[in-house]
Amino acid sequence: MDAIILQILNGLDKGSAYALIALGLTLIFGTLGVVNFAHGALFMIGAFCAVTLSRILTLSHTIIDETQKDFLGNPLKVEVPYVHDMFGQATGDAIIDWAVPLSVLFAIPIMILVGVVMERGLIKHFYKRPHADQILVTFGLAIVLQEVIKYFYGANPIPTPAPAAFKGSLDFGAMLGFDPNLIIYPYWRIIYFGFAAVIIGGVFAFLQFTTFGMVVRAGMADRETVGLLGINIDKRFTIMFGIAAAVAGLAGVMYTPINSPNYHMGMDFLVLSFVVVVVGGMGSLPGAVLAGFLLGVLESFASMREVIDIIPGINQIIIYLVAIIILLTRPRGLMGRKGVMED
Amino acid sequence: MSKLDVSRRGLLRTGAVAGAGLALPTIFTAQSAHAFTNEPTGGTVTLGFNVPQTGPYADEGADELRAYELAVEHLNGGGDGGMMNTFSSKALQGNGILGKKVQYVTGDTQTKSDAARASAKSMIEKDGAIMITGGSSSGVAVAVQALCQEAGVIFMAGLTHSNDTTGKDKRANGFRHFFNSYMSGAALAPVLANAYGKDRKAYHLTADYNWGYTTEEAVKSSTEAMGWDTVAAVKTPLTQTDFSSYIAPVLQSGADTLVLNHYGGNMVNSLTNAVQFGLRDKQVNGKDFQIVVPLYSRLMAKGAGANVKGIFGSTNWHWTLQDEGSKAFVRSFGTKYGFPPSQAAHTTYVQTLLYADAVERAGSFAPCAVAEALEDYEFDGLGNGKTLYRGADHQCFKDVLVVKGKENPTSEFDLLEIVEVTPVEQVTYAPDHPQFSGGALGTCNNGA
Repeated sequence: MDAIILQILNGLDKGSAYALIALGLTLIFGTLGVVNFAHGALFMIGAFCAVTLSRILTLSHTIIDETQKDFLGNPLKVEVPYVHDMFGQATGDAIIDWAVPLSVLFAIPIMILVGVVMERGLIKHFYKRPHADQILVTFGLAIVLQEVIKYFYGANPIPTPAPAAFKGSLDFGAMLGFDPNLIIYPYWRIIYFGFAAVIIGGVFAFLQFTTFGMVVRAGMADRETVGLLGINIDKRFTIMFGIAAAVAGLAGVMYTPINSPNYHMGMDFLVLSFVVVVVGGMGSLPGAVLAGFLLGVLESFASMREVIDIIPGINQIIIYLVAIIILLTRPRGLMGRKGVMED
Repeated sequence: MSKLDVSRRGLLRTGAVAGAGLALPTIFTAQSAHAFTNEPTGGTVTLGFNVPQTGPYADEGADELRAYELAVEHLNGGGDGGMMNTFSSKALQGNGILGKKVQYVTGDTQTKSDAARASAKSMIEKDGAIMITGGSSSGVAVAVQALCQEAGVIFMAGLTHSNDTTGKDKRANGFRHFFNSYMSGAALAPVLANAYGKDRKAYHLTADYNWGYTTEEAVKSSTEAMGWDTVAAVKTPLTQTDFSSYIAPVLQSGADTLVLNHYGGNMVNSLTNAVQFGLRDKQVNGKDFQIVVPLYSRLMAKGAGANVKGIFGSTNWHWTLQDEGSKAFVRSFGTKYGFPPSQAAHTTYVQTLLYADAVERAGSFAPCAVAEALEDYEFDGLGNGKTLYRGADHQCFKDVLVVKGKENPTSEFDLLEIVEVTPVEQVTYAPDHPQFSGGALGTCNNGA
C-alpha cells in the first residue's frame, strides 16, 4: 500500500510537467491549428530564464585577496556579488537563494515575448501549409534554439537549487499512520504540483470566465464566423500563443530545482508531451491535463523494481504502450472531439 | 590492311593482362613506400583527436581537446614543456616525434559509437592520422578501438572506465591509461568500510549499459567482501532524467546506503534527486543514510553543485595532487586556459606523451613497434606516481584516488578533496580475473 501511494505521489509531479507542456501544445493546436514541435524548447528556455536570473543576481566584481592564493599560487581573486554591495550580505544571499521563485516573475514577460516573436516571425507563415511542413519547421526551430542555448550556457547541466527553506522532504507516511520514512516526498515537488494546479486552473478560468477567453473559444470553434463579426481573431490567437509559451516557460522555471537544466531538456519532454496530447485527445484541454497526470503516474508505477522484475524494460515503453491501446480503443483519445485532425 | 580480330573473350583477356600489368607496379610501390598504415613520409606526423564536441559530454570533450593541443604544443617544443620535464623517460626532446613536427586533426564522437567510428575512419583514411585517441564513454572507446585494430593504427583511449575496454573487448592496438571499474571498487571499499562500518545494506542504481554493469559488479563484489549486504540493484535507462521513481523506494527496501553507478548527466540528476528526497538526512537501521558515487569527475561535481558535499567516490587524477608532474601540468594548463585541468584532460595529455615517447624509444611509427615499446613499460612523473603499462591487457596500473565532495569549497574548481591515495598493489588484479575474462588481445596490426 505504501509503495502504491509513493508512486502515485511521484507520478503527480512528473504528470504536472507533462500536463503543463501538453496544455500549451493543445492551446496552440486548438487556436492556430499548428503542431508546434518547438514547444519543448519553450520549456527549456523557461528553465534557462531561471539560470539567467540567478546569473544576473550573482553578477560580481573581483577583489584581490592578497592573503589567499589561487591554484597557480597567484593572489586569489574573490568574486563579490553586486547584490551584497547593494543590500548587504545577508539580504543579498537571501535574494540569490530565492532566484528560482523570483524567476517566475522574470520569465513571464520574456516567454510571452518569445512566443509572440516566434508566432509572428515564423509560424504564421505556415498556417496554410500541411501539418508535415509545420512539424519540420518547428522541429528545426527547436534544434536551432537548443544549439543557441548550448553555445551560451555549455552542454553540462547547471545546478539551480530551490531556496534553502524548501530543502528536504515531507514524511507523508508518518502523517498517514505508516512507519516513518516509508512515504517521503520532497517539499519542492509538492510546491511544483501546487504551482501546476494553480496555472492549469488559471488558464481554464481565463478561457471560461473572461470575454477574451470566450472570444478565443468561439474562434477555436468557428474562426470564420468570429472573423465575420468584426473581431480580430488573429491578434487574439497570437496572444494565446504567447500565453501558451509562458505556461511552458513557467513549467520549465519551476522544474529547474528538480533536475539541473541542460540544453536538451526540452527534447526529453517534447515526445512524451505529444503522446500526452494524443492520448488526451487532440485539441482537448481537459484531455491534455488528464492524460498528463495519468501517464505520469503510470510511468512511475512502471519504474517499480517489482514491476521491472516481472516485465523487464516496461519502464521505457509503458507510455507508448498505453498510447497504442488508447488509440486502438478510442482513436480520438480520452476526451478528443469529433472532427479534430480527422480531415 | 590487316583484319582486326576483336572477340569478347579476346578483349577480356587483353583487358585482364593490361590491368594486371598496370596494377603490378602500384602494388610494389605501395608496399615499399608504406610498410604500415599512414606511414609519415614528409616532415610532419598527424594525430587524430576524437572527442565529443557536441552532445551531452561536450564540455568534457572540450577539456580533452585543450589538453591535446597543449600536448602537441609541448611535443613541438612550445610552452614550458609541462610534464615532459617531469616524465621519467627523457626520449622526448621537444622537436616533434622522431624529428617530425606534430600536427593534428579533430573529430566529433557525439558520444555515439557510430559517429565516433565514422569520424575516426575519416581521420585515418582522409587525413592520414597515424594514431587515434580520445572518447568520453566506454561504448565509444570499445567501438573505436576495434576500428583502429582493423585499420592498423594505435588507439590511445581517453576517458573510458568500463572493465571491458581492457577486458573482454581489449585489442592489441589499443591502450588505456585511465583506471577502471574494478580499481574503483577495490579502492573505495576499504575507505567506505572504514567510514561507514562493515554492516551496511546497499541499494544500487545502475545505468543500463556496459559501463554501468561492470561498475555495479565491481563495487558490489568489493563491498560484499568487506561485509556489506546488497539489498537490490536496479537498472535505470540511460535516457532517464528524473530518477524520483527509482529513488523513492530506496528507503522502503531497508537499505541504508545508495550506490549511484551513474556518470555524466545521469549522475548529476540522480544525485540531485536523492538529495532532494532528503535521503542523507534520514536514519536507517540506526545509521545515517549515505550515498556513494563510484566514479567522480570534477565537471560532473560542478553540475551537481552542493549536492556532492561529503559524498565518497573515486577518480583517476585530481589537480590538487602535489607531485611534481601534476604541479607542472596544472601550471601549464592553468596558465594557458585560466583554470585547472579535469581528469579527462589529464589522461588524454598523458596518453599523447606516452605515445610520442614510445615512438621515440621504438625509433619507428610502426604500430607493432610502438605497441612493443608500450607493453610492460614502467614510468613515473606523469601525475599518478609509478605506473606500469601491463603487456597482458594494455591497462595502466597506478595509484587510485578516493575523493569526497568538499564541505567548504573555496572556488568552483575546488569541489573534491582527496581522502586517500590507494596504492597500486591494492587495485592490481590478474589478467584473467573473472571481471575481465572473455577476450583476447590478438596480434597487433600494422595495417597498410
